[in-house]
Amino acid sequence: MRSEMMTVKEGSWVLLRKVVLDVGERAEGLPEDTAKVPIVMWIKGFLLEDREIGEIARVRTRMNRVEEGVLEEENPATSVDYGGFVPEILEIGKVREMLNG
Amino acid sequence: MDNGYKAVMARKNEILKGSLGIDFARFESGGIAFDYEAMMGSIGYSFEEIAEIQRRQSVGNTPLIELRNITKLARHCSKAGFGARIFVKDEAANPSGSFKDRRAATAVFHAKKMGYKGVAAATSGNYGAAVASQAAAQGLGCIIVQECYDSRKVGQPEILEKTRKCEAYGAEVIQMTVGPELFYKFLTVLEETGYFSASLYSPFGIAGVETLGVEIARQVREITAKEGRERDADMVVVTHAGGGNVTGTARGLARAGSGAEIVAASVNLKGLHMASDRQFNRKSFTTGHTGFGFPFATFPDRSDMPRSAGRPLRYIDRYVLVNQGEVFYMTELLANLEGLERGPAGNTSLCAAFALAQEMPQDRIIVVQETEYTGAGKHIQPQLSFARKNGVKLSFGDPKNEIAGENIILPETPHLIQARDVDLTAMRGSFIRHYVKNFRENGGDEISDGDLAFLAAETKSSEKFVREILEG
Repeated sequence: MRSEMMTVKEGSWVLLRKVVLDVGERAEGLPEDTAKVPIVMWIKGFLLEDREIGEIARVRTRMNRVEEGVLEEENPATSVDYGGFVPEILEIGKVREMLNG
Repeated sequence: MDNGYKAVMARKNEILKGSLGIDFARFESGGIAFDYEAMMGSIGYSFEEIAEIQRRQSVGNTPLIELRNITKLARHCSKAGFGARIFVKDEAANPSGSFKDRRAATAVFHAKKMGYKGVAAATSGNYGAAVASQAAAQGLGCIIVQECYDSRKVGQPEILEKTRKCEAYGAEVIQMTVGPELFYKFLTVLEETGYFSASLYSPFGIAGVETLGVEIARQVREITAKEGRERDADMVVVTHAGGGNVTGTARGLARAGSGAEIVAASVNLKGLHMASDRQFNRKSFTTGHTGFGFPFATFPDRSDMPRSAGRPLRYIDRYVLVNQGEVFYMTELLANLEGLERGPAGNTSLCAAFALAQEMPQDRIIVVQETEYTGAGKHIQPQLSFARKNGVKLSFGDPKNEIAGENIILPETPHLIQARDVDLTAMRGSFIRHYVKNFRENGGDEISDGDLAFLAAETKSSEKFVREILEG
């Protein structure tokens, strides 16, 4: 369901997805599971022309290169965090009692 | 120009030569041997000049910290009178948070001097952050190519943190799915940009680590001299993956005249295939593990360099393995007992040292030669919760029962932590057979005296041992 709302303006900071080598073009000797999927890359840059999410687009990267791929995300977010709570980690801390009596 | 996979790979040596400014052919003998020391000497910087380049960037001269509480715990676990003193070199104090700044500083300095506009490296680890940090500080462009995701675009939290960090230093990051063809993309980037290849395995990188070994020798002498009896470390434990850390540290220790035993340590990831899309997210360590440690020890010239400057079997006296659960456990102990939140991957050597200390009398000294920074994504909690989310079972028990990719076993008690010895003799044999087979497959026939001497030096063995292997 694509609409006008999905149009991303030229100059926006975006993420592109691009197939680097398709199945069949890949290196020989790969494990079976890897050989049956393409090798894909993601690159961020400034969009060179108005495009909709899912369309082929070009960006100018931080090092001033031009890359082309499928427009995947505008203002791509960083997803790293401290994860979910892991109760076992609290348990490890109990070694202090062994050491300090 | 044909930018297809085969065409680019066929241009590999030409591209690398242009992107490093080193003509590797002049070190070759025509046989198995090449002149390693001549290659290391070809970089054009003395040890003092490298130390000065690092000093100018605030790289190195990190503190050596005695881990008194972890030592106390090791003594609690060992028989009476045993439990060597454990020290750690706090390499997290480097600008980008790891010893990799030492490797990056010289490479970036050299690239700038040679007139390159930028540097590029293919790495998912701390090295990418180090290159990006040094490029920022020294005013060069930087592109890092990382293996980040499986084919579902699920990424290792530790690597995604590294993407963020590289971008924070102003670098461009190309994120890829699993596969060795990352190297193909890297080559096209070098060709397109004309950037310097800041390879992890170049002589610039390895020479940069020598300062770490020299500092360890000096600091141990200073600390013990103050206590009234100057002496050297008995053992230095080094986390081993691609071989550069071991090589550079050992060369530095030798330069400083230290006779410490060199112990390499890796996380055991036996059974996991490093190029497997499905298994990519079933491991919790993305470096410092046997997936790199074994192949790079038995065939170091598999890197992005025609000849790697990291040649671990030349220097390793002993090679031990620890399991993932043990390293996570030790990471938490380091925070809880010493107030140092570091790692996890960099604590592989610390975990091994904890077990090794228990084999040695209390007056002995073990140095763990690195720590690394920690943060969101790259931390025991996100890594363990990610593992659990990916179907890896987490429990307490005896870590010897851990099966990489299936479970992570945290030691029920610290007594259960072990450093398990790898058969180095078998590894040396495998190295020799590998190089001889390669030589013969490429039309070689007679193995010269020079080749024999080379294989003996490369495996820290003897010509007699090499002959025995050759005679099968």
